[in-house]
Amino acid sequence: MPAWGRLLAHGIVWALGIAFLVPFAVVVLNSLRTAQEIAQSAMIGWPESWAFSNYAEAWSEFCVAQSCTGLRPFMWNSAAVTIPATVISTLLGAIAGYAISLWRFRGDTWIFGLVTLGIFLPQQVRLIPWTFVLRDIGLINTLTGLVVIHTIQGMSFTTLFCRNYYVSIPQDLMKAARIDGAGFFRTFFRIVLPLSPPILIVTVIWQFTHIWNEFLYGVTFTTGSQQPVTAALIGLNAAIADVPQYGVQSAAVVLAALPTLLVYLFGGKYFLRGLTAGAVK
Amino acid sequence: MSALSLKGITKAFGSMPVLKGIDMEIENGEFTVLVGPSGCGKSTLLNIIAGLEPATGGTVEIGGRIVNDVAPKDRNIAMVFQTYALYPSMTVRQNITFGLECRNVPKREREAAVTRVAALLQIESLLDRKPSQLSGGQRQRVAMGRALVRDPLLFLFDEPLSNLDAKLRVEMRMEIKQLHQRIRSTNVYVTHDQIEAMTMATRIAVMHQGEVQQFADPDTVYNRPANLFVARFMGAPPMNTLPARIETAAGGVRAVVGRGETAVALPLPAAFAAQAGREVVLGLRPECIAEEDRRFGHGGERVTLELPVEMTEPTGAETIVLARLGGERALARVSPDVRLRSGDRGRFVLDMRRACLFDPGTGALIA
Ligand SMILES: Nc1ncnc2c1ncn2[C@@H]1O[C@H](COP(=O)(O)OP(=O)(O)OP(=O)(O)O)[C@@H](O)[C@H]1O
Ligand SMILES: [Mg+2]
Repeated sequence: MPAWGRLLAHGIVWALGIAFLVPFAVVVLNSLRTAQEIAQSAMIGWPESWAFSNYAEAWSEFCVAQSCTGLRPFMWNSAAVTIPATVISTLLGAIAGYAISLWRFRGDTWIFGLVTLGIFLPQQVRLIPWTFVLRDIGLINTLTGLVVIHTIQGMSFTTLFCRNYYVSIPQDLMKAARIDGAGFFRTFFRIVLPLSPPILIVTVIWQFTHIWNEFLYGVTFTTGSQQPVTAALIGLNAAIADVPQYGVQSAAVVLAALPTLLVYLFGGKYFLRGLTAGAVK
Repeated sequence: MSALSLKGITKAFGSMPVLKGIDMEIENGEFTVLVGPSGCGKSTLLNIIAGLEPATGGTVEIGGRIVNDVAPKDRNIAMVFQTYALYPSMTVRQNITFGLECRNVPKREREAAVTRVAALLQIESLLDRKPSQLSGGQRQRVAMGRALVRDPLLFLFDEPLSNLDAKLRVEMRMEIKQLHQRIRSTNVYVTHDQIEAMTMATRIAVMHQGEVQQFADPDTVYNRPANLFVARFMGAPPMNTLPARIETAAGGVRAVVGRGETAVALPLPAAFAAQAGREVVLGLRPECIAEEDRRFGHGGERVTLELPVEMTEPTGAETIVLARLGGERALARVSPDVRLRSGDRGRFVLDMRRACLFDPGTGALIA
C-alpha cells in the first residue's frame, strides 16, 4: 500500500475510534462531576472535583421508580438472567452445531437453515409470540422467563458459530471415534469439546454482551423489582423530578455498562482470535 | 473360513455408480493391497468394509458373520487413516486406549495393553505427549498403535504412508511388512502407490472405475497382468504395449511390430503359436529390453536389435532409454555404464519369454 493510502486508512480508523469513544468519554467525565457543576457549566467539561460519590449513590441509594435501592438489585437481576442464558445457550449451541456439522442426518441442512433463520427475524416480530408463550407457561414478569427467551433466541447464533467452526474438524476424526466405539455424547465431550475453547470464548462473549445489553424484552416482560438493569435505567430517568441528576445518572450508565466492558477488555483478543481460528491445525 | 468375504458389493452416490460389484475372499493372515488410480473407489470400499458407509448392494462378511447391519465398533476391525486422525486433545496414551475405554476395559488391562503396543512400536517415550508434539512418522506409529491395541480380526489401512516423506515411507513400509510377518494379522491396505502394493502384499487387488481388474499375488499381477489397464498401471516405468501381428514363419512364431521397412519381427516362444494370424497388443516390461551384453536368467534364444534412441533418463542405478521399436515408442532399462545419447543407435537384447499378448479390442490378456 502506498504511504498516502496507509495514511488515509489510519485516518479513517482514528476518526471512527474517536466518534465511538467521545460519547462514552462524556458520560464517564460527567459521572465524576456533581449535579451543580454540570448545571452551572456546559454538558461537556473536565471534572473540577472528582465526585466519586456519584458511584456510591448510583449503586445503592439512588431511587429507581418508587424504590430507593440504587442499581444494585437490578445488576443482580441482569447477572441472574445473563449468566445462565449465556451458559445454557452456548452449550446447547455447541451440541446442535456438532450434530449438524459432524453427524450428517436426513434434513440436517433444513434444520440448520431454520435455526439460523432466527438471526434474521427482527426482535419486534417475536415479541407477541413470546408474550403468549410466557403467559402460558406462567413466566411473565420473572427472570426465568427472560432466561428462557435469551437461551432459545441465542441458540441461533451459538449454533451458527459452532457449526461453522466444527465443519473444519476432519471427518476422519469422527470415523476413528466411531470405530473406537464412542457414541454421540462421548465423542462430543471427549473429542470435540476439548477442541472448542476458541469458539466457545467467541459465543460466550457474544451472548454475554447481547443478553446483558438487551432492553426490549426486559421492559416488555418485567416490571418493578424483576427488571434487568437496562430496563431499570429508564426508571432512573423517570424518577427525577426537580434537579437533573446528570452526574449520578452518568455513573449509573457507566456501572450498567461495566460488565460487558470488562468482558470485552479481558476477552477481546480471544474473541478476534476465535473468530478466525480453525478447529484443528 | 475367510477373514473377509465381499459378495457383489455395489455403491452409488446419488445416481453415480462408484463400485460395480466387488467380489473378494480374503483368508486369515493375508496382506491384501487394494491399488488403483485416484477416484477408483478404494476408500469407498474400505469404508464399506469398516461400516462407515453403507453399501448399496451386496454383503460384507467378517470372520464368517454377515455384518451389513453391524456398527463399525462391533465389526472387530481397526483402521489406520491417511490423516492419522489422532484425537488432538488427548495424549498418545489416551489416543491408544480410547477404544478400550469405550469398551469399558478395566484400567489395569488398558495399561498393560498400552505397554505391550508401545514396546512393539517403540513409542514408549512418546506416551505422554500430545499429537501436535509429534513428527509425521511418530504420528503414524501412534495411529498404528491405536489399531494394534485392540487385537481385531481385520486391520484396515487407508493410504497410511502417503503423508510421509520418501525416506520415511520406505522405512515404515518395511516395518509394516515385518509387523505383519510377526503378528500374522489380516490386513486390507489401500494405496495408489504400486511399489507399496508390490512390496507388501501377499495378494493385490487392482481396481479401476469401481471394478476389480485383477486379484492375484504380486508376481502374477506383475508378470501376467489380466488386462492392459493392469499392465500399464503396475510397474514404473510401465509395461510397453505395442500393436503387433502374430505370424508363423519357418523359424517359429513371431510378433511383427510396425509396417514396411521399419517393421521388426520378434521371435516368440512356441506356446504362442495358437495366436498366429491375430492382431494383438504385445506387452513387454522395460526390463525385458536391455543392453546387448546382458544375460537374462535363462537360456533360450537371444534376440538382439539395433534401435534408434530418442531420449535417456539416468536414475543412477539404471538408465531408462526411450527407443523406437518398429516405429513405436518403447522403454528400455539399461545398465548406467552404457552411455547412450539421443540420436544414437543402440544395440539391445530382448527377453521375449516374458512377453504378454493382449486382445486389442477388450484389452484382456490372451497369452
Ligand atoms: N460422499 C461422497 N459423495 C459423492 N461422491 C463421492 C463421495 N465419496 C466419494 N465419492 C466419489 O466416489 C469416487 C471414489 O472415491 P474414493 O474416495 O473411494 O476414491 P479413492 O480410490 O479412494 O481415491 P484416492 O486414491 O484419491 O483416495 C470418486 O469419484 C469420488 O468423487
Ligand atoms: Mg482414498
